[in-house]
Amino acid sequence: MSKMSRRNFLKGSSVAAAIPLMGSAGNALAKNNSDGNTGATLNYPETTVGNANQLPVNQAVSFTYPDSDSPCVAIRMGEEVPGGVGPDKDIVAYSILCNHMGCPLDYAPDTRTFKCPCHFSIFDSEKAGQMVTGQATENLPRILLSYDKDSGAIQAIGVDGLIYGRQANVL
Amino acid sequence: MTQEIKDRIALPPVNAQKTNMTCHFCIVGCGYNTYKWPVGKEGGRKADQNALGVDFTRQAGALQLSMSPSMTNTIKDKDGQSYNIMIVPDKECVVNSGLSSTRGGALASLMYSDTGPGNDRLKYPRFFAGDDWMDTDWKQAMDIYAGVTKRILDKDGPDQIMFNLFDHGGAGGGFENTWGTGKYIFSGLQTKMVRIHNRPAYNSECHATRDMGIGELNNSYEDSEVADTIMFIGMNAYETQSNYFLNHALPNLQGNTKDKRKKWFPKESIEDTRFILVDPRRSPTLAICEQTAKDRVLHLQINPGTDTALFNGLLTYVVEKGWHKKEFIAQHTSGFDAALKANKMSLAECSKITGVSEADLKKAAEWAYQPKASGHATRTAHMYEKGIIWGNDNYKIQSALVDLVLATQNVGRRGTGVCRLGGHQEGYARPPYPGPRPAPYVDQEIIKGNGKMLTVWACNSFQTTLNAQRYRAEVFRRSNIVRDALAQAGGGLDTQKIIDVIYDAVSNKGGLFITTVDLYPTKFARAGHMMMPAAHPGEMNLTSMNGERRMRLSEKFMDPPGIAKADCLIAADMANTLKALYKSEGNAEMANRFDGLDWKTEEDAFNDGFRKPEGIDSQGGGTGDLVTYDRLKVMGNNGVQLPVKEFKDGKLIGTEMNYMDYKFSTKDGKAHFLPATWTGLPEAVEKQRSKYKFWINNGRANHVWQTGYHDQRHSFRTERYPMAPIEINPDDAKALGIESGDIVEVFNDYGSTNAMAYLEPDIKSGHSFMVFGYFNGSVGDVVTDWTDQNVLPYYKGTWADIRKVTSMADYKKTISFKSRRYS
Repeated sequence: MSKMSRRNFLKGSSVAAAIPLMGSAGNALAKNNSDGNTGATLNYPETTVGNANQLPVNQAVSFTYPDSDSPCVAIRMGEEVPGGVGPDKDIVAYSILCNHMGCPLDYAPDTRTFKCPCHFSIFDSEKAGQMVTGQATENLPRILLSYDKDSGAIQAIGVDGLIYGRQANVL
Repeated sequence: MTQEIKDRIALPPVNAQKTNMTCHFCIVGCGYNTYKWPVGKEGGRKADQNALGVDFTRQAGALQLSMSPSMTNTIKDKDGQSYNIMIVPDKECVVNSGLSSTRGGALASLMYSDTGPGNDRLKYPRFFAGDDWMDTDWKQAMDIYAGVTKRILDKDGPDQIMFNLFDHGGAGGGFENTWGTGKYIFSGLQTKMVRIHNRPAYNSECHATRDMGIGELNNSYEDSEVADTIMFIGMNAYETQSNYFLNHALPNLQGNTKDKRKKWFPKESIEDTRFILVDPRRSPTLAICEQTAKDRVLHLQINPGTDTALFNGLLTYVVEKGWHKKEFIAQHTSGFDAALKANKMSLAECSKITGVSEADLKKAAEWAYQPKASGHATRTAHMYEKGIIWGNDNYKIQSALVDLVLATQNVGRRGTGVCRLGGHQEGYARPPYPGPRPAPYVDQEIIKGNGKMLTVWACNSFQTTLNAQRYRAEVFRRSNIVRDALAQAGGGLDTQKIIDVIYDAVSNKGGLFITTVDLYPTKFARAGHMMMPAAHPGEMNLTSMNGERRMRLSEKFMDPPGIAKADCLIAADMANTLKALYKSEGNAEMANRFDGLDWKTEEDAFNDGFRKPEGIDSQGGGTGDLVTYDRLKVMGNNGVQLPVKEFKDGKLIGTEMNYMDYKFSTKDGKAHFLPATWTGLPEAVEKQRSKYKFWINNGRANHVWQTGYHDQRHSFRTERYPMAPIEINPDDAKALGIESGDIVEVFNDYGSTNAMAYLEPDIKSGHSFMVFGYFNGSVGDVVTDWTDQNVLPYYKGTWADIRKVTSMADYKKTISFKSRRYS
């Protein structure tokens, strides 16, 4: 369960919340950022999620990204998975707001899936968030991670997919 | 190729055009709002800056909305202007209350755009000239098509002109299109050699219940909110009628509708609701029900094909206990004693045949039919679908079920009903079918070499028929005769010469001239000679009704691609071309048969059919004339439940539940019991069962709609199911050296097909479950050619062996094989 593993979370959501929000209120697709960035990519913050050498296997580590209103978890799967980063390419992270209608997802360590208690969608943490069954129209949004070999730091650097309840991932 | 942006979407501005859209797909027909606005005129994030009225400057709360990238698209109209569209579920629609399904939620992305999943839509008619497909215009297409039709009609008669034809609502259907095709085919051509989109003859999936006087859609979704007990038979509503289940049935099990039940039935004892699921399989729906309230969910896991025995055992027991409704039976029904005698079966025998313990049989009877503590009759809704419809003798199972329902008076009272849950939406208005009952087994006629031309209209029977491998082989063989003739005829042929060559091939060489009318080049079109491009809802105005007879108008908001057009107007084109041909040779009698299709719009077809119900078969009943497009627009996504009772104060007033006056749909107004003696499995099926190890159960998975005509072009679906998955018990798989992600062959005396192994502990040993009607791996290839007395297939009943073909490393790497059961 996502809520049980905060003690394993190295830098905590308070750090993530303290990251200044870089994007803001533009509304056209290619002009989303107030800093004049007109590229196809939003200005995502870089947020430290944890250290690859200390992440426990198969436990959901909570953080928020790209801002404090967007709960996410990182999981070290213990073996290489699609999209995984870190020394063993086994660390992945996802938004845990169900992208169907925003209910908080539960992480089930026994099946390594995310489950939605509202409309029963299931997403596979080991298959890039693929919807196993359910009512969403996309796979679960993945938090893109970077890994620093020297320090072991895992950072959130972007999002693949639209986080529930947003026009754009960066508010 | 445009760059794919997945982390933001364009919002509709406050002044965006807003129209009504009923989902194209399943019978539930969720209401959606379509927004359309010129590219570059996006709405803002503040609540007063966008048409959704949502404040996107901050995170929206859970359940506040359903809005995803798949609900958006950029389309181009014929004026050359690009528009953004957004199709989101309508919170005001009583069907779905703002819920979207994984199918309907993708509507916008499936509308035509030149870079979207559907970018290979047919834009022009295409003719197989020589050895390849060539685009042509409607003029040449109609000249050839009508020319061949006329030649065959004049020389060989209407029985040589065959059709595989939709009969439903939603995309590829609707009242306009069933009427247009029906008028052309039944009144004009007068051929009886027509089979329906998913079965090999022109018949009803519900002959028995109709013969007994009960139309198969007789309650409202709201009745599932107020039932004391719901018996679900052979259904998997979470995946196939998702928002009926999530918005109406499940809330009752969850206790969320208890106040409504108390309000509606103030004098009755209201206990916690119970669900009984009859299914040989532990389905994803069952898993959710058990997760919700395990002690109030009873799974009757019957042996395959033993439904009739189950209902007969329950009927016998209910009558023994005296729980049947004697006064109702005496006053409003006939044939009870004869049916009771014919269906008589002890609980012991019932248990032995069905494999369900006597204790569970008794529990089911008590939950569904024992009077309540207050002495009132239990309100039990019986909701069924393909487990019965494609089951062991459709007519007999349905008779046995409706006998039990009638004996316990579970019809015509709120919270009851005996209804199919449905596949497609409905939308039937046609002149009477000109053939007998039972209707000809058209697919067998094709296999036997009969028929000279076949038009496959908005369906794809390569994926949706029984004995499909044999059928496909014959169609290809006969099609190739025509292709060879065209190739050998060389160039320089005018239309008349082309018709001569085709007619010679079909009349002297055993060929079959094949036309497909569809959105896409389908699998069937690979055997075809002509393709005609059709339109779907959004590109045309279209009316349909859902599983509670709720009729809505889906409004046109964009142009179809190229010169594609509505099916009803294609049918009109065919009729008008033939009319002109007969007129030109002075044959007024034949010309008159094709009269009355001079329509300019789909609304003309609607006004000609649905609104003139006298003498036709219409699901609108006799009051269709009260319905107009303008009136439906006013009724919005809530529409009106058919039949319409009146038009009053600017609104259409409909019918929530049928038979509340106990006047049934028979000549004498009484409901008729029908005998349904249990006789076991059909011989052809039994032969496969005794020879092969696995029961090849089959049906739907929620990612996939129908034949996957859109889905096979949509990466979200194909990355999940690149091939039809087959669920297999892990121990059975291990014994055969099969792992999830392996490609397996499924084979028996009828044919063979491939599937993607998906190990699932909830599947019983010796059972399996394969996705039906898929484009890559088609279970119909191994389904026997046996049908019931009305030529209804037993798709659910075949046995075969399974062997590993190969191990697909990429499937294993990219596809999830985790259980689809929520636990």
